[in-house]
Order: sequence, then C-alpha cells, then structure tokens
Amino acid sequence: MRHIISLLMENEAGALSRVAGLFSARGYNIESLTVAATEDATLSRMTIVTTGSDDVIEQIIKQLNKLIDVVKVLDLNDGKHIERELMLVKVKATGVFKDEMKRMSDIFRGRIIDVADNSYTIELTGSCSKLDAFLEAIDRSAILETVRTGASGIGRGDRILKV
Amino acid sequence: MEASTLSATDTPTQSMTGADIVVHCLNEEQVKFVFGYPGGAVLHIYDALYKQNGFKHILVRHEQAAVHAADAYARATGDVGVALVTSGPGATNAVTGIATAYMDSVPIVVISGQVPVPAIGMDAFQEVDMVGVTRPCVKHNFLVKHVKDIAPTIKKAFYIAKTGRPGPVVVDIPKDITAHVADFIYPKTVEMRSYTPILKGHSGQIKKAVKLLLNAKRPMIYTGGGLVLGNGAAELVKLAKALNFPVTNTLMGLGGYPATDPQFVGMLGMHGTYEANMAMQHCDVLLAVGARFDDRVIGNPKHFTGQKRTIIHLDVDPSSISKRVKVDVPIVGDVQSVLADMNEILAQEENQTTDCAQWWQQIQEWRGVKSLDYQYSDSVIKPQYVIEKLWEVTKGDAYVTSDVGQHQMWAAQYYKFDKPRRWINSGGLGTMGVGLPYAMGCQFADKNAQVACVTGEGSIQMNIQELSTCAQYGLPIKVILLNNRYLGMVRQWQEFFYENRYSESYMDSLPDFVKLAESYGHVGMRITNPADVEGALKEAFDRKDKFVFMDFLTDQKENVFPMVENGKGLSEMVLSPMAANRMKGEQ
Repeated sequence: MRHIISLLMENEAGALSRVAGLFSARGYNIESLTVAATEDATLSRMTIVTTGSDDVIEQIIKQLNKLIDVVKVLDLNDGKHIERELMLVKVKATGVFKDEMKRMSDIFRGRIIDVADNSYTIELTGSCSKLDAFLEAIDRSAILETVRTGASGIGRGDRILKV
Repeated sequence: MEASTLSATDTPTQSMTGADIVVHCLNEEQVKFVFGYPGGAVLHIYDALYKQNGFKHILVRHEQAAVHAADAYARATGDVGVALVTSGPGATNAVTGIATAYMDSVPIVVISGQVPVPAIGMDAFQEVDMVGVTRPCVKHNFLVKHVKDIAPTIKKAFYIAKTGRPGPVVVDIPKDITAHVADFIYPKTVEMRSYTPILKGHSGQIKKAVKLLLNAKRPMIYTGGGLVLGNGAAELVKLAKALNFPVTNTLMGLGGYPATDPQFVGMLGMHGTYEANMAMQHCDVLLAVGARFDDRVIGNPKHFTGQKRTIIHLDVDPSSISKRVKVDVPIVGDVQSVLADMNEILAQEENQTTDCAQWWQQIQEWRGVKSLDYQYSDSVIKPQYVIEKLWEVTKGDAYVTSDVGQHQMWAAQYYKFDKPRRWINSGGLGTMGVGLPYAMGCQFADKNAQVACVTGEGSIQMNIQELSTCAQYGLPIKVILLNNRYLGMVRQWQEFFYENRYSESYMDSLPDFVKLAESYGHVGMRITNPADVEGALKEAFDRKDKFVFMDFLTDQKENVFPMVENGKGLSEMVLSPMAANRMKGEQ
C-alpha cells in the first residue's frame, strides 16, 4: 500500500543521504522524496512517499526513527491528511493543441505560467493522482516536458508534527 | 548546536590545538588504550598523544586489526573501544572492522584523519569520503569542520556509541582542524532531541509477560548478544532459576547463561544442539531477550512460524522487534532493567511455581540423541577434541576468540562458557581474520587472563601480520590453530551441496607456522598426535609470559554437526553419523 511518511530531522549536512541510503540499503521503495528547511532553521521537514506491506511500512518507520538525526516520524496514512504536489508541464501549443491545452488546464485548475510561440508551460497543483489524471487526459504527443516536486503532506486539523 | 544541549565543565578553559583537544577528550572519557596506525592526516594527533600519558597507544600492523582490537576490548570490558587511523587507505582499511562491530552492536569510536578542509572534494592525496563510505555500517558518523566542534562531537560520539543499542561511531577530522587552536571545554553531559534511547520497559507489557511465563507448559528462553551487551546475564539467571525454564543462547549470546548449568540446552541455530533447536521449535511460550531471530538462528522463518507459540520479545532496539518474526508481547527497553522488573513482579506473585515437568522430560529425551557426540580417533586429531581439552586445561575461564568457519562453530559448541564477555567472535558479519586482533583486544582488557584464539589456517592468514604487534607488546596469547588444510566450512558445503567439487577450498603452500611464529620471537608448537593434545595445551598455558602458536594438524574432512541446511526448518537438522545412528536405533 502507498504511504506518505513525514519526518523532522536535524538540518545537518548529510542528513538527506542517511535517509536515502537507508531506503536503498534495505531495499525499500521511494516513489518520491521532498525536503526543505522548516521555519526553525535547525530542522528539515521531509515527505517520503513509499509503498509496502504493513510489515514493511512498520520497519521503515522504525528504521527511520533509529537514524540519529531523525527527530520525529509520522505515517500520515495513520490519520486524515492532505497531500499536494506541484507539477510543471510544457506542452505543445500549436494548431489544435492551442485551445485544447488552455481548456484542459482550466478544467484541472492549472495556470499557464509561460507562453512561447509553440508551447505553454502549465502549473498544476494537487494530489499525485490528480497530476497523473491530467497527464492521462491530455494527448501524450503534446507533452514536451514534465517536472514534478513529489508530494508534500500534512495532517488535518489537530494532527501536528512539531518538536 | 541548537539540536542538543551540552553542559560544560566548571574547570577553567585552556587554549590548545585541535590535536591536543582530541587527546584531552579521550582522556576525559577515561580511555585506557587507543589502537591505531599513524599517517599524514593524523600526524598532529600523533604528536599530541606522544606528549601525554593518559592512555596508551597500541601500534598495530594494519588498520583493520586496530578496529578489531578496539572492538574486542569493548566486548571484553563493556567500555567503548577506540581506534585511530589516517585518511584514505587508513580509513578504508578500517571499514571491515567498523562493519564487523556494527553487525554485532559493539560500542567503538573510530577517529579517522581527513585531508584539510579546503582540499575536501579535490581528489587530494589520501582522500576518501569516510563519512560516505561508512554511512551504511555505523550507528552514526561525523565530519568535524571546525576546531570548536571537536570536543562536543567526541562527547556525542562516545554517548551514541554506548547508549541504546550500542554501535560504532566514526569521527572524521580534517588535518587543518587539528592544527587550529580553540579553548578546550569538555561537555559533562549530552542531551539530543533526536536521540533518546528507551531504558525502562512498559510495566503493563512486563506484567503480561510474567503472566504468560507462569502459565507456560512448554517454555523456552532464547537469549542473544543483546543480553551480554546489556549486562543482563545475572538478572536472566535469576529469572530462569526462579521459573526452572530451559535456556538457549545464540552464537553471539554464549556466556549469557552458564553453559555448565543443567537448565542450559546449548546453542541453537544452524549448528545448534538437537535439544535447543527442537525446544525452540516446539515451545509454547518463548521469551526472546536481546536476540533478533536471524536467518542463522531460526532457519526458514515460514517453517518456524508454522508452529504456534506465544513470543515475548525484549530488546532495546524497537526495529529488532517483529522484523523477521511477528511477536505477541514486545517489550522495548534495557534488558537488565526489564529483567530486573520481571524478577520483581515474579517475586510478588502468589503462585510462582511453574509446571513444566513433562516438557523437561521431553527435553531430556532430545538430549539423549547426544547431538554433539563425535567419533574420537587415536590416529588423527579431531578438532572437537582440541576444544574440549582447551576447556579443561583453561578450567573454562579463558577469553576465547575465534575467526570464522568450522573452528568457530566447534569452539562455540564445545567450549562451555559460564560467563558473559568471554566468547569473542564475529557472528553478524562473519569476518575472517578477526581472531588474532580480537585476542589482542582481550589481552589488553585483562592482562593476566588466559586468552585463546581458536582459528583456522585460512582465517589466521588474514591478519597474520599482527604476530608482530603481539611481540612488540609481549602479549601471552595462545593461538589454537585447527589446521585441516582446507577452508573447512566452504569444503563442508561443497561436500553437502556441490557433490564434493572442492572448488578453491584447498590451500596449498601454507607457511610453516611454527617457524613463522618463531621468527617473531614467539613459541611455535606442532601437534599431530591426539595423545599429545592435552599435554601440549598444558605446556602452552603454563608458559604464562609467552605467546604460543599451536599448530594442530586435524582431521581434514571433519564436518560440523548438527546442521540446519539453508532454507530448512529449525527442527529439520542433519545429525552427525553417530547421533543419527543412535536415533535410528531407538526407533
């Protein structure tokens, strides 16, 4: 099953490679991984999207907790949560595609953030599956380039991951 | 340093170089021995240690041996072992030692030199990314980039190495940092928000566990290296005695329960005794302490879990629990503390008697198979016989180190360890070549102790250069070489699973070990006759001030039994021909 794991870790050199190394050394999947400093500059917040059986996810959480630099780990799937990912898609904007891409972007509540002679760049935010759905919905041959940030996740309401 | 609080000492500060700070830190940690090897990047540190007399530096002949010796020192004493190596090849040579300590959770601190900070990343001479190279095989590692960080980092390194589930910590220090000057302030304590080992076990879980134990009909206690490392052996003995339960130890756990006690059923696992493996497989309540159900211990996990039993698992590391086998009552905590709590709760119970008479009867029947019996010979030395005699001659009180292979299994099976921290071997990583440096570490830990290194002619040659170190420091180690002229365990597997195709497992051109030992100023002995085994051992151990290298020419084709073959269940053992015949006869 797909899980979104959030963690807080010391914002120190090499901390990211400890997490990435753990996943590769133990053969865990990473669908995406995002990391940036938090409002407290000594802490980084990381969101990892992974898949695995309940046993594997339990081990992943335990192994992450075992890393000395990791302060807190939360499996967002244990409760209500929100996930968002940002995608930039450069699409052909010639001929039939010109209107088509504008329309699709509107339907998916995207924004065209760059217009060139032959292409649009669309900015789209949403759950990973929404972004997937957009790519499915448009003509594959129209896609010139995509770049995705990977999911960021946060618990709903009172679920707060903080030191 | 927002991440952690380090409270400083009240002593007035002193300005000094980074190298002096390193040395002062080690003395603050009351380090007695540093095992190391100098080189360019650590020259400042070597100059600083030359000028102090707090700890003694032991000059090895290869960095791998420095780390192994520090590792054995830690295993034997329970204190943190320390190694010091230079950058680049010095650091990479240390990696096998670090990985070995990591797999067996041994607390060591390895200080490695690094090229100067401005040279990092420039492919400088003797540069290697030590923090990157060791990341998968350390508990934690640090690259120190400022002289003021040296003391707090070393303080943290010792704290991390020895608390929680212990493990190796690497501190990589660039050369220029060791020449810079700073005030020396050694923190008294460390608190890290990201690292807070759990000590006390959950009282509700402990109570539940005691209830389960009291109601067990076919109980079993299975303990591993964690019991030894966590100094929980005395509490475990108390518990096992109060309950009258059978106890088995893993390879790493030997000595955790006295082997000569009647409740001890022997080691379990791939080469465990018949009774230990059968009892492990067929018990109804299993108390696992500081053990991790690894592949060499329970065999095929599906086969193991196919049999229903209630498992109580006590370990300091939450990630060891339910990793390979689902457990019913997990207890995370320091083994000594949790076992003491168990004993306390048990003492308050009204009815402390357990009813496992029938179970003991069954175990006695299994014991009757005598799975460790072997065919003694008048003409050729049986390796098992050497270990039995070693146990007798040393009165069971030696530190026994081993390398990896058949000799390791025979030492584990036939030397009866009654005390923890006496059996020193590489169980997790299975590193050939540890035996001799391990013996060095033990001899430094306890200079008057009898130290025996049980080894094979393959393994001993992997760190044979340390004969020189042993001569330099006058270490009276006894090497017990079970020389069968084969890489015995490889040969055994080739006999069993590869139709006797002994691919590259025969070693030609062995040195004359007697002459080799003598060339270093040691005593060399060659023993070829079974009748001479005991006398030779006595003679060797009587020479209390001499290093004695004993080359026992043993049976070339002896195998280790019982054996649980790869992928087989724990109760599906291959027995020795003698034990197998005995079983047939009874049926």
